[in-house]
Amino acid sequence: MSNIHVSATVNGDAVEFLCEPDESLLDSLRDRLALTGSKEGCGTGDCGACSVVLDGRLVCSCLVLGAEADGRTIETIEGVADGDDLHPLQQKFLDHAALQCGICTPGFLVAAKALLERNPDPDETEIRYWLAGNLCRCTGYDKIVRAVMDAAEEMRQ
Amino acid sequence: MNKIDDISGTEYKYVGTRPVRPDGVDKVTGKAQFGADLYAPGMLFAKILRSPHAHARILSVNTDKAEALDGVKAVLTYADLELGDGGHDLEDDMNHVLENVMARGKALYDGHAVAAVAANSASIAKRALKLIDVEYEVLPHVTDIEKAIAPDAPIIHEDMYTQDMDPKPEKPSNVARRMEIGHGDIEAGFEKADFIFERRFRTEAAHQGYIEPHACLANYRSDGHAEIWCCTQGHFMVRSACAALLGMDLSKLRVTASEIGGGFGGKTTVFIEPVALALSRKCGRPVKLVMDRDEVFRASGPTPSSVIDVKIGANKEGVITAGFAELWFQGGAFPGSVIDLGAMCSFACYNLENVKAIGWDVVVNRPKSAAYRAPGAPMAAFAVESALDDLADRIGIDPIDFRLKNAAEEGTIASFGPKFRRIGLKETLEAAKASDHYNSQLGPNQGRGVASGFWFNFGGTTSASIKIELDGTAVVTVGTPDIGGSRASMCQMAAETLGIPYEDVRCIVADTSSLPYSATTEGSRTTHSSGMATVYAAQNAIGVMCSRAAMIWGIPEDAVDWKDGHARPSGANAGDFEPMSLAEIAKKAHETGGPIAGHCEFEAGKVGQSFGTHIADAEIDPETGFTKIVRYTVIQDAGRAIHPSYVEGQYQGGAVQGIGWALNEEYIYGEDGRLQNAGFLDYRMPVCSDVPMIETEIVEVPNTGHPFGVRGVGETPIAPPLGAIGNALSHAIGRRMDTIPMSPPRVLEAVNGG
Amino acid sequence: MRYLAPASVDEAVSALAAEPGKTGILAGGTDLLVQMKTGLIEPDLIVDIKKINDLNAIRRENGGFRIGAGVSGAQMGEHAELARAWPGVVESVNLIGSTQIQGRATAAGNLCNASPAADSVPALIAASAVASVAGPGGTREIAVEDFIAAPGQSVLEKGEIVVSLFLPSRPEHASDAYERFIPRTEMDIAVVGVGISVDTSAEGEVKNARVGIGAVAPTPLLVNEAADAIVGTKLDEEALERCASAAMAACSPINDKRGTIDFRIKVAGALAKRVAKRAYCRARG
Repeated sequence: MSNIHVSATVNGDAVEFLCEPDESLLDSLRDRLALTGSKEGCGTGDCGACSVVLDGRLVCSCLVLGAEADGRTIETIEGVADGDDLHPLQQKFLDHAALQCGICTPGFLVAAKALLERNPDPDETEIRYWLAGNLCRCTGYDKIVRAVMDAAEEMRQ
Repeated sequence: MNKIDDISGTEYKYVGTRPVRPDGVDKVTGKAQFGADLYAPGMLFAKILRSPHAHARILSVNTDKAEALDGVKAVLTYADLELGDGGHDLEDDMNHVLENVMARGKALYDGHAVAAVAANSASIAKRALKLIDVEYEVLPHVTDIEKAIAPDAPIIHEDMYTQDMDPKPEKPSNVARRMEIGHGDIEAGFEKADFIFERRFRTEAAHQGYIEPHACLANYRSDGHAEIWCCTQGHFMVRSACAALLGMDLSKLRVTASEIGGGFGGKTTVFIEPVALALSRKCGRPVKLVMDRDEVFRASGPTPSSVIDVKIGANKEGVITAGFAELWFQGGAFPGSVIDLGAMCSFACYNLENVKAIGWDVVVNRPKSAAYRAPGAPMAAFAVESALDDLADRIGIDPIDFRLKNAAEEGTIASFGPKFRRIGLKETLEAAKASDHYNSQLGPNQGRGVASGFWFNFGGTTSASIKIELDGTAVVTVGTPDIGGSRASMCQMAAETLGIPYEDVRCIVADTSSLPYSATTEGSRTTHSSGMATVYAAQNAIGVMCSRAAMIWGIPEDAVDWKDGHARPSGANAGDFEPMSLAEIAKKAHETGGPIAGHCEFEAGKVGQSFGTHIADAEIDPETGFTKIVRYTVIQDAGRAIHPSYVEGQYQGGAVQGIGWALNEEYIYGEDGRLQNAGFLDYRMPVCSDVPMIETEIVEVPNTGHPFGVRGVGETPIAPPLGAIGNALSHAIGRRMDTIPMSPPRVLEAVNGG
Repeated sequence: MRYLAPASVDEAVSALAAEPGKTGILAGGTDLLVQMKTGLIEPDLIVDIKKINDLNAIRRENGGFRIGAGVSGAQMGEHAELARAWPGVVESVNLIGSTQIQGRATAAGNLCNASPAADSVPALIAASAVASVAGPGGTREIAVEDFIAAPGQSVLEKGEIVVSLFLPSRPEHASDAYERFIPRTEMDIAVVGVGISVDTSAEGEVKNARVGIGAVAPTPLLVNEAADAIVGTKLDEEALERCASAAMAACSPINDKRGTIDFRIKVAGALAKRVAKRAYCRARG
């Protein structure tokens, strides 16, 4: 089993790494690139904690091979804030206490950002269904949905 | 100088506000480091081989081929772990913990660890597992309570005889222990009843469902000292357990709690930490071990399944004349299910003259159960709250009025013995009755249910320290991992006590070598116990600051008071000095005697029980049995909400976990004794689109035992939902629901008269 | 294990045909990677077909739609013409997994995974969809209802890959619908899935109908009796009942962690009625 050389763009940076052929993009991001903000909650696409944007599409990085990333563009939670300036979603998650343990938070933020980029004015139902692939066990989702609605409102202004 | 009265009952500047948590930015930017996020130079990856059999004798384990694989650095079996001295502070029987961590002689459940490998990469470790030859003799198994207690059941532990039986049993059985609590004369009570409800209830096991799998990084050094980094609710517990299982001195093991991605009780014991540490000891390299999700389901500690017989009698006036419950909880393959807590919670909400609960601790071929949020309470409350609902209907009384009539209050003797101090159950019931939700109309195919619930709240061994920095800011150090925002609450309480801005206080969770012992974050104890310790440590530091001010002013120490963040002369006689701020005193610390700090080590007591009442509206699809929760309200006594947003968060999160358990979550074992749904796909926790907004109301009946009136709030929210939703569905269907989960096939069967 | 991302169908087919060990075809990867993670399969060669440009597009052909094997559910959902012509197929594909899964999962992959509970398959059956297959021996066309041989097993031979799915053109007053039952609102595998396509006359009479049912038998079924029950009717209550009865009669489900035999049969009947009504309403505009 020889490793594969991959060149990709991650959060705007050109990166190169070697990965095993059956290694997930999630493992590559974490183990090869030290981007541990994406989390593995299940490894089978059921929890969304590893959500990243791959060539503009929201995906579970646990269900993408590292090798597939060659020549592609990836955005992770580490790229959501602009330097020290938090994205409105990040700020609203803090203001609304939309996280308790915080393990699902990176996935929710990446997914919610992808939603608001497509739909700047989602209603509660649209938010809930878009985020249905992101499991949160702490909050009961209430404050997360409110934070997304509030961020959307602020971003529309 | 624990001047509790100085603080309680006043207007607060920081307590009761909603500031951003100190760890918040790290958590929204992906920088927070959880259990699996640490990497060490030279680190190896470990994997665990697990039994595919529910019950099997292990005839041999041959690791030769695995050890010979290129890249494998250590292979571990039970022979590498032996119980030493230690672990005495832990409630669990360490022999059981040892055997659960790595099977000895017999595999007792599907997923039981049998061997482990550390290798240069995870993929090599995975391949090595396949090279380990384990010879099993498969034995008959049992995974169901009622089958396990039947006379012909396969016996799991040949040397286990039911304890606390008179006479002592002659034959071994799967029942580890019997217990009983209560007072009065239930037979006489049932004689006086006009209505009696009697029924058997069943609940299937649920998993805590934390999104972060168990993860650790262990590094055993050649000088016999070691470090563990892990996600746990109690790193002091991890240290005690690992030291016991590896025969180490406590002082030689330093455990650091990572950020923790949920626990809900499931991370109050060890599963993988001793394995990683033993592997590291064997090969002298740091070893990282992370569970896969299927391992979490198969081999961590779900909550017990239960069978509960309940009988309650009431008279026409709506007074409960007697309550009886008999509960069987399976705690997996080892004794120690939370049967006592379940029995104690059964009737905790009510003031009963005649009450009795009998509990049976049953073993089956399932993973050793661990705590899950208010362990034992939800099952007990499901049975009792369902019974009350039925009785209220038959008596013709509003279900909230029925509960109010029988509610426990200050002075009530609990079924488990103690007399309640001031509690807030009645306040939650009254708030429920007055709520908009309770007075709203229901739509077609909808039913409304009400249920109350209780949790004790724990105190226990607790330490905290606080240091005042030269620039006038402060750092609080606690020993209880922050699982849901507790560092924010600590900062608020410290800021309030010291009289400095919230932003000037930082709180960290210290490792086991940096702070005296602190018990685990469990039992809803952290804001109460570590909160008290933080306040006392701050008061301790205030004492030091007052003495420094006295020194500067040249007046006696007891002539200085502390108010609003300033030392002040206590009166005109003390002298005429301008109040000196904390920052001014801090700045001079090195000229006035050295650094300023305070600390507190104590056994936290005076816990305030928390009661809650929930209202659930459920709508069924009569053609498919699908249930939708259309409206849900949580009302609970928080004593005092230090950070109301995180209190609400506990209410909402507990309610949604309860909704999941009530409707869909369950452990499903096949005929072969293997777990059928070891993943989030088929272990169906609520997703975002499954639930409505969860309405909350924080009732505040202060706990007089806490400087700010705090009652723990984390666990009570999961006690009422099974009952509230069961009652809602029973009304929507017109038939009493008695089995959890109330999944679509069960609902449809009930709709069709089954 | 090796990973290959060929640029042409021929290259992919040759590599698959030449590999002596186990092979895995990677389109969306949402089944393949899960099966690899859980140890269900350990391929010696993975062939990623998404770098084959032809397979990533939806094209109009003879009034119908040719959907490349690499096209994700999200792409299908965003294709306005397709969604207008085959709303049932599109909604069935868009029910597979989460938003994240939608970004990757393909209809062709859903078919090739050959699950009895695959969401898209009953809808594709109802739609008379045909899979275009390329292999060492050339190309062939397989009707979707003939594609799945047994649970987890398709009729594909070694070296063969599905290149595209073809959905025929739509006459006027015709439409389709798909609905499934799951215990939650999202993220579950269908306990029962029903796809129905109807073609009606100007007066509103059902001229042709096709009914596909999933998760109630070892393979998804084309249930002609259920279709016959509504043909020639305007979907009156009696016709719907007959359709439901026929659907229920076709079921031979199992008891498993996702549902009981009795439950699945009852729900199949309930869904058949609902889906027929939805398809009919859509057909009538």
